[in-house]
Amino acid sequence: MQNRAKFGVGIGVIVVALAFLAWLGYGESKTYYHTIAEYQSLTGSARNHRMRLAGTVAPGSIRHVTGGTEFVLEEQGKTLAVRYVGSDPLPDTFVDKSQALVEGRPSTDGKFVAEHVQAKCASKYEAAPGGDKPAAPAAATQTSSM
Amino acid sequence: MDVFGSFSLLLAFVCAVYAFVGGIFAIKTRHPLLIKSARQSGIATCVLIFIATFCVEYLFFTDNFSMAYVVSHSNRDLSTFYKVAALWAGQEGSLLFWSTLLSIYVISVLIAYRNKNGELMPYVGVVMAGVQIFFLVLNNFVENPFKTLATVNASGVLEPFTRMDGNGLNPLLQYPEMVIHPPNLYSGYTGFTIPFAFALAALLARYPGEKWIHLTRKWTMIAWCFQSLGILLGAHWAYAVLGWGGYWGWDPVENASLLPWLTGTAFLHSVMMQEKRGMMKVWNVWLVFCTFLLCILGTFLTRSGVVSSVHAFANSQIGPWFVGFIVLTLLVCFVAYVKNRDYLKSENQLDSMISRESSFLFNNLLFLIACIAVLSGTLFPVFSEWFTSNRISVGAPFFNKVMIPIGLAILFLTGVGPLLAWRKTSGESLKRNFGWPAIIGLLGTVVLAVIGYRDAYSLVCFFLCIFVFWTIVMEFYRGAKVISARSGMSMMMAAHELSMRNTRRYGGYVVHFGMVLVFVGLAGAAFNTDIQKAMNIGDSMKLGPYTLVLQSGDTKVEKNYTAQRMIVEVLKDNKQLMMLYPEKRQFQGNEQAAGTMVAIYSTLREDLYVVYAGMDPDANVPVIHAFLNPLVKWIWLGGVWVVMGTLLALMPNRRVALGVVTVADASAAPAAPALTPTATLREGHD
Repeated sequence: MQNRAKFGVGIGVIVVALAFLAWLGYGESKTYYHTIAEYQSLTGSARNHRMRLAGTVAPGSIRHVTGGTEFVLEEQGKTLAVRYVGSDPLPDTFVDKSQALVEGRPSTDGKFVAEHVQAKCASKYEAAPGGDKPAAPAAATQTSSM
Repeated sequence: MDVFGSFSLLLAFVCAVYAFVGGIFAIKTRHPLLIKSARQSGIATCVLIFIATFCVEYLFFTDNFSMAYVVSHSNRDLSTFYKVAALWAGQEGSLLFWSTLLSIYVISVLIAYRNKNGELMPYVGVVMAGVQIFFLVLNNFVENPFKTLATVNASGVLEPFTRMDGNGLNPLLQYPEMVIHPPNLYSGYTGFTIPFAFALAALLARYPGEKWIHLTRKWTMIAWCFQSLGILLGAHWAYAVLGWGGYWGWDPVENASLLPWLTGTAFLHSVMMQEKRGMMKVWNVWLVFCTFLLCILGTFLTRSGVVSSVHAFANSQIGPWFVGFIVLTLLVCFVAYVKNRDYLKSENQLDSMISRESSFLFNNLLFLIACIAVLSGTLFPVFSEWFTSNRISVGAPFFNKVMIPIGLAILFLTGVGPLLAWRKTSGESLKRNFGWPAIIGLLGTVVLAVIGYRDAYSLVCFFLCIFVFWTIVMEFYRGAKVISARSGMSMMMAAHELSMRNTRRYGGYVVHFGMVLVFVGLAGAAFNTDIQKAMNIGDSMKLGPYTLVLQSGDTKVEKNYTAQRMIVEVLKDNKQLMMLYPEKRQFQGNEQAAGTMVAIYSTLREDLYVVYAGMDPDANVPVIHAFLNPLVKWIWLGGVWVVMGTLLALMPNRRVALGVVTVADASAAPAAPALTPTATLREGHD
């Protein structure tokens, strides 16, 4: 059974070492998801976490300023002012009324400073067909007659 | 055609239910006609699914804009090539495509083994039909691709309605790789159903282990090959289309495709333990079960959007169905295991730390930990929400911290494992096998460090790559030398002959070689650099050895899109090297549908990757973002070798003609015994 003990120790060392690395990586990259409403009610240290918020880009709110881009996200009647400071250009899909996901930290001036922005258009590709053109009546879909 | 397709799909469901229920009765009664009818019903299911898929494609090709699915994913100007791909552009079609690919496997198995393995096949048929039923339920009743558009008319009655044109295909998908990447990945996902069906069937039928393992080896390798290729093509697509300069972002959908690959790879290795030594039987069965479940989970993650991701476009109703199916499958596997676990008793014990067995054990352990790490990282938002009500995600640093050391350890075993002897390896043979590769590896690493590749993990990786490469070369050399000495063939011919005599083993080495190339490419990522600049016409910027000069910009009007193109001249050592044309494409009919086309100048040393990042809003001049990514090409080259190696391993062994040693050869032969652990003498992979 001496062999078993040796294997046990070997496996144990590997597992513990990797668990430690995982814990380090977790601390470095953990990001909280919040709704805009939740974000506004956060207090204390919870406000300093790295977080990810989603919302719809308020029409006409995108402004390019020195060192970044500012815009407003809306979600269920709440709004959030965001300043994007990341080095990557904003995605092609980032336009008025697109759904955007921002990742970053709050700053002292009340704006949310985002380092990453992901966006998808208010989906043309998955929405009920016909919804996006005025000519098409509100479309109901049905399974073909069977 | 829609009614016809829709009816075929429903009939396929009925046939699958018959194949399942009839199959169970056939197993109980062992009535030959019942067995036959269940099998034929299984074949009919597949054929009907093919017909339904053909109907969807037909609707795309005839621009039938009364169909909701066609309207959502196609338009008149879409090219033929992409009309084929439109099938899997959305939820309904993707799930139907899953069923189709699964059917190709199922029908092949049912026909290929129709007169063989009589005791096992009815069970296999039942398991496959069970999986098909699940997907056919989704295809028929949850996400039916044959929905027509309808509108309410003046008198309040629903009537059919046809649009003039469709919405078009998502521009991100209008790229050649997007036509071949999903079929590959899905072929991998679906392909693992076959080993699963055999494993579960063998457990239920208490069928001898070495037989089912032998039967499924081929199928596992086919699925594995598609999965590997699918992952790499997906990475290449992300690299060439998304324009962020990388190929792997630990996105949930990418992770989902990696999970079954990890367990599948573990299985391909640990299966040898069972063949050679009758060990790890329980482990193997569960690896196959897990691989299949991870394939279903992967499909679920991709299609349901449970973890927010750029890929997961859709939030739909299929979530509970998938969770239900996963739980049910797990339950069936567990019950089957508990009832028949005595049949999985191990025949041998581990003898030594330094042996082939232990290298397989550690290989499997590492693959398993890698799988658990990726799985927990991917599902972290879901679980953290359950347990703490906070939704927390982890990002690339988490995955990199864990996966890089695991990857390096596995790479190490890639070199060491195949050369260790079964049971116990002597110190002498360690020196003989690993002395030179280690020395050459060290020298190579020193050279690389001197010329500027200085990053701890990357240097370890380079060392291991050289080390593993030399162990593989020496294996081929030793084997070829014996054959060459006996037959008088040239070394190249002898190496070829050697590979053909034991395809599985030498195919395995070729796959390992491919993985070495992939690792070289991955190690290059530590040295990526980039620069971004708003440039006027005539401006230049420097990146590494290259100078980029913005020459001009133009507009290119194509059938389905309009492209804004930047013309960038690349200079090296003040000499003109080439022109690059990064583009932004604006797809027709929708101001939101834009796509980036990256221009890449790729060499073995590095990729110059140039993106037109849009107009600078302040200065109103184009912004060019250029990346210098060393060694990326090695990854794609590695992929080619992985596929070739797998194909080699799938070929049957060439029989060796005995007793034709001539006198001249016999005199040369005594040289051979000096190299005791030759490929032909020592017990290898096969």
